[in-house]
Amino acid sequence: MSPRATKALEPAATDPARIRNFCIIAHIDHGKSTLADRMLQLTGIVQERDMRAQYLDRMDIERERGITIKSQAVRMPWASDGETYALNMIDTPGHVDFTYEVSRSLAACEGAILLVDAAQGIEAQTLANLYLALENDLEIIPVLNKIDLPAADPEKYAAELANLIGGRPEDVLRVSGKTGMGVDALLDRVVERIPAPKGDATAPARAMIFDSVYDAYRGVVTYIRMVDGKLTPRQRIQMMSTRATHELLEIGVSSPEPTPSKGLGVGEVGYLITGVKDVRQSKVGDTVTDSVKPASEPLAGYTDPKPMVFSGLYPIDASDYPELREALDKLKLSDAALNYEPETSVALGFGFRCGFLGLLHLEIVTERLEREFGLDIITTAPSVVYEVTTEDKKTVTVTNPSEFPTGKIDSVREPVVRAAILAPKDYVGTIMELCQSRRGTLIGMDYLSEDRVEIKYFMPLGEIVFDFFDNLKSRTQGYASLDYEPAGDQEADLVKVDILLQGEQVDAFSAIVHRDKAYAYGVLMTGRLRELIPRQQFEVPVQAAIGARIIARESIRAIRKDVLAKCYGGDITRKRKLLEKQKEGKKRMKMVGRVEVPQEAFIAALSGDTERKEKDK
Amino acid sequence: MPSSLPLGDPAPEDGLLPAQASAHAAQRDLGVYLHVPFCRVRCGYCDFNTYTATELRGVKQSDYADQAIAEVGFAARALEASGLPARRVATVFFGGGTPTLLPAGDLGRMLGAVRDAWGLAPGAEVTTEANPDSVDADDLMALADAGFTRVSFGMQSAVPHVLATLERTHDPARVPLVVQWARDAGLDVSLDLIYGTPGESLDDWRRSLDAALACAPDHLSAYALIVEDGTKLARQIRRGEVAEPDDDLTADMYELADAALEAAGYGWYEVSNWATSPEHRSRHNLSYWRGADWWGVGPGAHSHVGGVRWWNVKHPAAYAQRVLAGVSPAAGRETLDAETQRVEDVLLGVRISDGLPIAELGAEARREVAALIADGLIDGAAAVRGDIRLTLRGRLLADAVVRRLT
Repeated sequence: MSPRATKALEPAATDPARIRNFCIIAHIDHGKSTLADRMLQLTGIVQERDMRAQYLDRMDIERERGITIKSQAVRMPWASDGETYALNMIDTPGHVDFTYEVSRSLAACEGAILLVDAAQGIEAQTLANLYLALENDLEIIPVLNKIDLPAADPEKYAAELANLIGGRPEDVLRVSGKTGMGVDALLDRVVERIPAPKGDATAPARAMIFDSVYDAYRGVVTYIRMVDGKLTPRQRIQMMSTRATHELLEIGVSSPEPTPSKGLGVGEVGYLITGVKDVRQSKVGDTVTDSVKPASEPLAGYTDPKPMVFSGLYPIDASDYPELREALDKLKLSDAALNYEPETSVALGFGFRCGFLGLLHLEIVTERLEREFGLDIITTAPSVVYEVTTEDKKTVTVTNPSEFPTGKIDSVREPVVRAAILAPKDYVGTIMELCQSRRGTLIGMDYLSEDRVEIKYFMPLGEIVFDFFDNLKSRTQGYASLDYEPAGDQEADLVKVDILLQGEQVDAFSAIVHRDKAYAYGVLMTGRLRELIPRQQFEVPVQAAIGARIIARESIRAIRKDVLAKCYGGDITRKRKLLEKQKEGKKRMKMVGRVEVPQEAFIAALSGDTERKEKDK
Repeated sequence: MPSSLPLGDPAPEDGLLPAQASAHAAQRDLGVYLHVPFCRVRCGYCDFNTYTATELRGVKQSDYADQAIAEVGFAARALEASGLPARRVATVFFGGGTPTLLPAGDLGRMLGAVRDAWGLAPGAEVTTEANPDSVDADDLMALADAGFTRVSFGMQSAVPHVLATLERTHDPARVPLVVQWARDAGLDVSLDLIYGTPGESLDDWRRSLDAALACAPDHLSAYALIVEDGTKLARQIRRGEVAEPDDDLTADMYELADAALEAAGYGWYEVSNWATSPEHRSRHNLSYWRGADWWGVGPGAHSHVGGVRWWNVKHPAAYAQRVLAGVSPAAGRETLDAETQRVEDVLLGVRISDGLPIAELGAEARREVAALIADGLIDGAAAVRGDIRLTLRGRLLADAVVRRLT
């Protein structure tokens, strides 16, 4: 394959009519990164020998999970009907947790490729992003990917897509990101169908930040979409939300490696570097303008990302606390949505209460802490934000069960979400059963195609963060997909259930649950802990309580024998090594009063993995 | 397969010891352990360094005594050259394997070599292990004539199905006979028992205890069965063919043993050992727990001299080659630093009834003493007098006590 465009258009001097800005909307695993790889090769900006799989996914963790967390923009030259164009592909994050980032990426585009796996059809999350794209008036180009797969059913899913967005099934393009089949036709379609950007070249500069990435060598790299005016190197710029000014040290485009340019003009997409070290100074959604001749109005749509899910992060080894703080400080540089503050737990010692956009965000952060910073950490059960009003009409915001007021409670409000679940119709019964058991209220049901249904529920977010998704997946053999968006809050009869070991409350195991489920939670947790905590030198009662009232009780019997009968022909060394190993094991225990609780007990009890100990035997 | 050797530093070929080994050596007893690495069959639970005829790859049992004698000579020269004072040997112990698979004459010659090298202290304790079916009255008489003072029989159990699970081949009815023959030869007698064998009930164990006590030995050892990785028994348990020993049941068995033995006039002096009187305690066994010096002769044998521990190559063929070439058969060794020595002192000293002087503990460990008394793990009166001495409950949780004191 040889590139069609022989000479790329120069940034800062490109007629907006020759620019096409688009993104790819796709579910995880539907092949977005592989399709992007083919585009990089086909347009000639990455040579065959430099190619590596999922080129744009920079971080290891992204490549391993096959998902894109940080979006980027790549400028690619493409000739169609004898004219050369600059195509800006804006990579969007593909997960529900990053909806806000997705919405900003979409706002930087005029069109979107809707990429759907020809063997699986559209997923709930893709539907949510498609909805956002339509809200932003983007031109949608429907594409079926992986048509080379034996299991592909392009007829069926083309019809489903046509039914969804209008148009005819024949208009749905068919490509294979793996073989490259149909990718050139797709790029031609992008030129043909997606509108050119519009903007006022003479107005004061306005550019929207759609991503902001921390780079250890260069500081924060800010990705922008120019709307009006022009930005040039050395210019002083201003962030309109904070009024902070910076000097433009470098401005350019990614193709796909960063390439400095003489500037960026109307409709162009590129990056800028000012030397700031913290992504919070370059917030996604903010407007960049000229500090001498600032624009009067910022671009619309900026909001601060709001954490939805909270969890305590604690080092397994208490002496790692300073390292954990340092690691979070570093992560914050590249993750504007992460926030945290110090917290103390009786059971776990010193740690941090962290706010996340959602469960995946939590998982990614903990994984990065372990992988990039070599830390062993415990995460407490995820919690949401409750507004608790006490009898004396004081309202407390509770992000951690330990903050739940102890006195008489007047009312508790909890966040609710509008959840959309997409699944084959055979699973409707079991999904509804699950949602009902999680206090869901059915909103409605739509058939996307003959056998695929979208089921919508109002549900408390607190029910979703506690292993709802795992449950959903296992009930539907993995076929169901889930998306949710905030839908306000509601009053609910919620109580705090505490877990006591030998009479001492273990705050890490406390949970806020609905009164009707408190007993079940208590029985579940005490049972799990009895299995997970090894026998001690004394009997350990394990209790669940609401306030002073015990609702469930188990007991861990005292260990009676812990001695090796003999040493082996004077092999004292072996006995000593064994002792050293045992002591090493004890170090990984957390002391709750006098009870030694292994880390695995915390992790397993909180994650719902109850079978582990049995399996290990 | 026998269990693996510990990792350590390389051991020098000349067997010379670092200077620290000779410090205060005159105040420590010297013992000799002679390993006999042969068995007729390998028992399913055993991971000791022992070999059946088919596993020996051409090594002849009849050549072994000369190899061991070569190491005894090497040992005497190495100790002297390392600057250790001349000491007569206080205890000698022949273990295995099955020492009595060798002719009594071979065992006598090996003992003679020890006597020639160092001399035996007056009243020296000289023990051999024996299987009830590997000796007769003449053998025992011959051993006594050669200078042995004590025999320790591997009785293990009096219950046929337990012996079968352990793959022990002897007839339990033979035990009282061999004990009587040993008595007739003037030997002190010890019996070894194993409890916690899969399928063994508390009643089975009581029968074994009663049978052992009916023989009126001077000394009795009772060891809980340990399922070692790599043994046939471990594989059988993994495959679900036999049940894993239950810790609660073995705790019951230990308590039963202690009660029965105390009632019969035996006193415990080490977690797994009881004797009719202090004179009948195994001094060799005690020397391990008291940090005495001993030289271990034979393949895979362990030695300790003044804070230096080493261990020999395991296979009899490799061993023979080394000792016959006049080279140290040690495979590796370690020199204990002060902290490791302190941990070992606790680890070993805690297990014996003489107790561990509290004065030897560090400040942090001393703060734990009161809690150990409160938890019923150590004897409060002994602690007030200055010693850590385990209670019955503490003996069953001795490793936990050690962890709390180190």
